[in-house]
Amino acid sequence: MSVPGRLRLRLYVAGPSPRSTRTIESVRRLCEGRLAGACGWECDLEIVDLYQQPGLAAQDGVVAAPTLLRLSPLPARRVAGDLTDAHRVLVTLGLDPAEASPFQAARQQQQQDTGIGGADGV
Amino acid sequence: MNEPAAESGPTLPDSAPALPKAATGIEGFDAVTFGGLPAGRPSLVCGAAGCGKTLFATTFLVNGATRYGEPGVFMSFEERAEDLVANVASLGYDLGGLIAQGKIAVDHVRVERSEIEETGDYDLEGLFIRLGFAVDAIGAKRIVLDTIETLFSGFSDEAVLRAELRRLFGWIKERGLTAIITGERGAGQLTRQGLEEYVSDCVVLLDNRVEDQITTRRLRVVKYRGSAHGTNEYPFLIDAEGISVLPVTSAELDYPVSDGVLATGIAGLDAMLGAGGFYRGSGILISGEAGTGKTMVCASLVDAACARGERCLAFVFEESGAQIVRNARSVGLDLGRHVESGLLRYEAARPSLYGLEMHLARMQRDIDRFRPDLVVVDPLSALRGPDAELQATVLRMADLLKSRGITAVFTSLREDGSLGRDGDIGVSSLMDAWIKLLNVEANGERSRTLYLIKARGMSHSNQVREFAMSREGLQLVDAYIGPAGVLTGTARAVQEAEEAAAALRRAQENRRRQREAERRRRSLERQIDELRADLDALAGEEAILLDEDERREAALESERDARAVRRGG
Repeated sequence: MSVPGRLRLRLYVAGPSPRSTRTIESVRRLCEGRLAGACGWECDLEIVDLYQQPGLAAQDGVVAAPTLLRLSPLPARRVAGDLTDAHRVLVTLGLDPAEASPFQAARQQQQQDTGIGGADGV
Repeated sequence: MNEPAAESGPTLPDSAPALPKAATGIEGFDAVTFGGLPAGRPSLVCGAAGCGKTLFATTFLVNGATRYGEPGVFMSFEERAEDLVANVASLGYDLGGLIAQGKIAVDHVRVERSEIEETGDYDLEGLFIRLGFAVDAIGAKRIVLDTIETLFSGFSDEAVLRAELRRLFGWIKERGLTAIITGERGAGQLTRQGLEEYVSDCVVLLDNRVEDQITTRRLRVVKYRGSAHGTNEYPFLIDAEGISVLPVTSAELDYPVSDGVLATGIAGLDAMLGAGGFYRGSGILISGEAGTGKTMVCASLVDAACARGERCLAFVFEESGAQIVRNARSVGLDLGRHVESGLLRYEAARPSLYGLEMHLARMQRDIDRFRPDLVVVDPLSALRGPDAELQATVLRMADLLKSRGITAVFTSLREDGSLGRDGDIGVSSLMDAWIKLLNVEANGERSRTLYLIKARGMSHSNQVREFAMSREGLQLVDAYIGPAGVLTGTARAVQEAEEAAAALRRAQENRRRQREAERRRRSLERQIDELRADLDALAGEEAILLDEDERREAALESERDARAVRRGG
């Protein structure tokens, strides 16, 4: 059921704060645990310190810290926050292990988004 | 946000140790705020959509980079850098060039709700770092955040956002950056998200109001902590020359006066004025109905001024400059050469193009740029608006010109020189001199007459003159004033002919009486001569008689002597 592939993630954190450490740990745990195990994703996690590479952050349009970006497979997605709720992170990244493929998941997520967006807009 | 802390009169000079200010280079705005925005602090520029916030902010940055040597960062939350560059290119700003020179950095922060999900705790450190990075990269002294409220649509956690905004403004102050934060006007408050709570140093409100289908852009400094500032709403203008705020100064009556005299170019009119012309810097009203020759009198004044090498600026509301130049040629005035030499400029605009305030503001800007010696407003009565506003506008227009020592010529279609629907707006009292042109209709013809109603500070003729326009120019002819009233045109000619005939008759009669007198004098003289001749004759006879007497006496005497000799002897 799972489509094995390469997952490129980029995590932006702001300096060596406790929150940064906490976030990095939870993302690592996620990659090594649920993503690798249940979905067979090969995680490629890049951790960027905003202070070190502000140019890259500008390129990626990062405003909040910490921010996790899914660079590939496309479409790119992003989550802001300290990412402690692993399930929610996976859902918003379109990597919910319950879904058949990340592409389909992404599509469904999009539909869900528009639905939610509409409700929010009212 | 009704804090009166920084409220004070606009004319109050900044005498206390002044708050350091960063000049915006926006014409007029620096004057209103006595120097510009508070240096090293954030200022809020707010207003509804399309009122020029982004432009104001961009001008602040561009001027900072080009004129004051202060590089700037433009952090845009709405427009992309390319769009921004293209948008301001229409105002003559080479943003692209400045970016290439490293004087300005544009950072587009794209915030979209659908793209960002939030899980757990976060802050906007990313934004801070980006801003800090951009600021450090070019050594920026100025920043613009346009429009930071977009963040509220991108992130749902308002508590975090507000805390972060507070931190951001604190950071700006700490870094000593002069910042403009723009904000969209919200219902019941200055900005939608209440940004004015955070930016408390200086708040500028931009407004775009439509009255009677005419839009006027206005700017107001709502507050300015620690500095005096103009509190009025000032009109501002966005056009090809950028943004300019146009504070129309209060009507103070302390301008210098000139004793210089300005000849009008109409010999007859100069002769009517005791000083041989109007005083320089005075306000001259020319009133009269359509077709009485107001514009041509103006043209004559303009021609005379330009011929002396003075600069003239004419604001015309009913004709184009070219048309006036052509028409003036018919009375022998060549205004075209003055336009070519750059001494004369016509600013033609329909009165409905702008609101009154904007007309005034535009005039002020044009006057300050062109620096004319003579300004013509033709016709003043074309300006329409609410009476109260009209009165204030005219008053300030007159004041504006007087304070600069510019001679002003206004024309008015109203015979009584007033404006407005009810005619109770006295313009004439504001003016130093008033020429009234009146068409007199009698005996099936119309003739132009000119009255000099007043000329402050000089003696002037109280007599009506007939005013003739021909290829030879404008000429004043003494009108006939007699027992039958004032006569002009053919009636004057007839009357003059009659008078000439009567004079001839009188002269002939006179000569006849002179001849008669002469004749009588001669006859008397003749009589006198005759009498004198008789007298002479009489005198001669008298002498003869006297002589005979003497001789007889002598004879008798000698005879007596002879007798005595004979007796004695």
